[in-house]
Amino acid sequence: MKSDPRVFLIGEDVGRYGGAFAVSHGLLEEFGPERIRDAPLSESAFVGAGIGAAMNGMRPIVEIMTVNFSLLAMDQILNNAATLRYMSGGQISVPLVVRMATGGGRQLAAQHSHSLEVWYAHIPGIRVLAPATAADARGMLLAALEEPDPVFIFEHATLYPNEGEIEEGSKIVDIAHAEVRRRGDDVTIVTYGGSLPKALNAADELAAEGIQVEVIDLRTLRPLDTLTVLESLRKTHRAVIVDEGWRTCSLAAEVSAIIMEEGFDELDAPVARVCSAEVPMPYAKHMEEAALPQPATIVEAARRLM
Amino acid sequence: MPTETSAEKIVPEREHALELLRAMLLIRRFEEKAAEMYQAGKIRGFLHLYVGEEAVAVGAMQSLREDDAIVATYREHGHALVRGIPARSLMSEMFGKANGCSRGRGGSMHIFDVSRRFYGGYAIVGGGLPIANGLALADKMQGTNRVTACFFGEGAVAEGEFHESLNLAALWQLPVLFLCENNLYAMGTALSISQAEPDIAAKARAHRIPAETVDGMDILNVEAAVKRACDAVRRDEGPQFVECQTYRFRGHSMADPELYRSKDEVEEWRKRDPIALLREQLMEWEMLSDAGAEEIESSVTAEVEEAVAEAEAGPWESVEDLTTDVTGR
Repeated sequence: MKSDPRVFLIGEDVGRYGGAFAVSHGLLEEFGPERIRDAPLSESAFVGAGIGAAMNGMRPIVEIMTVNFSLLAMDQILNNAATLRYMSGGQISVPLVVRMATGGGRQLAAQHSHSLEVWYAHIPGIRVLAPATAADARGMLLAALEEPDPVFIFEHATLYPNEGEIEEGSKIVDIAHAEVRRRGDDVTIVTYGGSLPKALNAADELAAEGIQVEVIDLRTLRPLDTLTVLESLRKTHRAVIVDEGWRTCSLAAEVSAIIMEEGFDELDAPVARVCSAEVPMPYAKHMEEAALPQPATIVEAARRLM
Repeated sequence: MPTETSAEKIVPEREHALELLRAMLLIRRFEEKAAEMYQAGKIRGFLHLYVGEEAVAVGAMQSLREDDAIVATYREHGHALVRGIPARSLMSEMFGKANGCSRGRGGSMHIFDVSRRFYGGYAIVGGGLPIANGLALADKMQGTNRVTACFFGEGAVAEGEFHESLNLAALWQLPVLFLCENNLYAMGTALSISQAEPDIAAKARAHRIPAETVDGMDILNVEAAVKRACDAVRRDEGPQFVECQTYRFRGHSMADPELYRSKDEVEEWRKRDPIALLREQLMEWEMLSDAGAEEIESSVTAEVEEAVAEAEAGPWESVEDLTTDVTGR
């Protein structure tokens, strides 16, 4: 915002409240109400305002409080943001960044906890990012602001309290590729976002049993970096996909299908998926834990492949 | 139906009045030809004609400058023509040809010409309003005094996006000119059976937006009312709202058997055909002769014929380009 006057923020409680997750804390004081715009509870109107402003020379960042609320703006996102370039024969560019919280694990029950990023990853014309580290949370936002198309950033709500070192001067990160977060030769775990720490915990546990796990953080959910996944598979010949979305029609299903289409000959075992249980998210702690992927369920899935 | 006697009789300059007449007639003949081309199988998909409503787009558009922006609906051929998008470019688009204004990707419902700041036809009812707010927000933040004109039908007032957008525009004092084309039917559903409060301007006022209701069949009144509103937007007085009461003489789309309204009702409205009304008025004022009317008619017809010829001759986009321009990378 300091270097580009076209960048501004719109969202519910981004200003005076400081952001529902304190992401924009202090920005109102620094940049003023013209650029830090508190919006009424009108997801469709303020996402649409972001689209229109992006079409007309600005670089808006729109914050939606949670992915469940983003459904109220689905018309603007799918019918406008994602289609305008194509539908206009290439005349319109929508350089819009939309950020929102996603995911469960905070006992917020069935209207604040789902992982619906795969719904967005289904849509041609947009880019979908899911940072799992502090460096990515910052660097992906900067990279997104350089894109000519709408970019959706899904921030897993359980990751907000995490602290991480960000290198001085490090700026834009690569948003075209997945990242190998841990090297191993025996089994590949493919995951992203809030499930990355769980996968890394599972990998530690498996290492103690002598199973060396390679952990891939997809980072970009659309377009998917399938080469990194397939390259790992050529080494490990086994894959577990961990995805907090519901299993049916999940991102895990998509990755699994790509492995089947392009890496079938490499497989020594069927692809395994660890996803959320097919229920609306329950409130009670033990029930929610049972519904979500956990290190123990990931470990179990990986063991079965060996 | 609006009463025939308008509050004020506006006498326009002759040259200007003839331009208005020609612009409306071009839309009328273009739409009639489009219907013919649809029957001939040259245009497919949905085709929504503007016949009967010409005075709204032509009258409203007179207040706009070249650098103002326009957001319209899926019934937008008229708006596109008044804005100066060539009839040949529009007809080619409807034929699905690569020389169409949206390269054949959009068709009748999705006309775009960014060089003329025509930001498109939106086919989700109410979906254009949030976009208009955004265009206007950018103009305001960039310190221009541009106006964004946002056309929509009365069906849109039932959508949440209408109320969300009017509130936001008023709250942020955005330079948007909301232009409601009230043709009484949302497809086949009459306003009277879809709105508990059928006074549309009252809804705008409820959001603290100044609103005026005007006889949309009288182009001179439309022009004057929209000019007042547009001037207020440009003076930075915030969004303004004009409801134009009009009527479509043909079905919602080409597929409409019109079971929901009577032939008598349509005939009554046809007596107030905006083109005939202006033509008669101009003859009464001796601004137009039979020969003059004939001349306009033949020049418009020639323009439409040329548009069809160009659409026929236009190239198809190569299937190899199917996936180009999905993204900008």
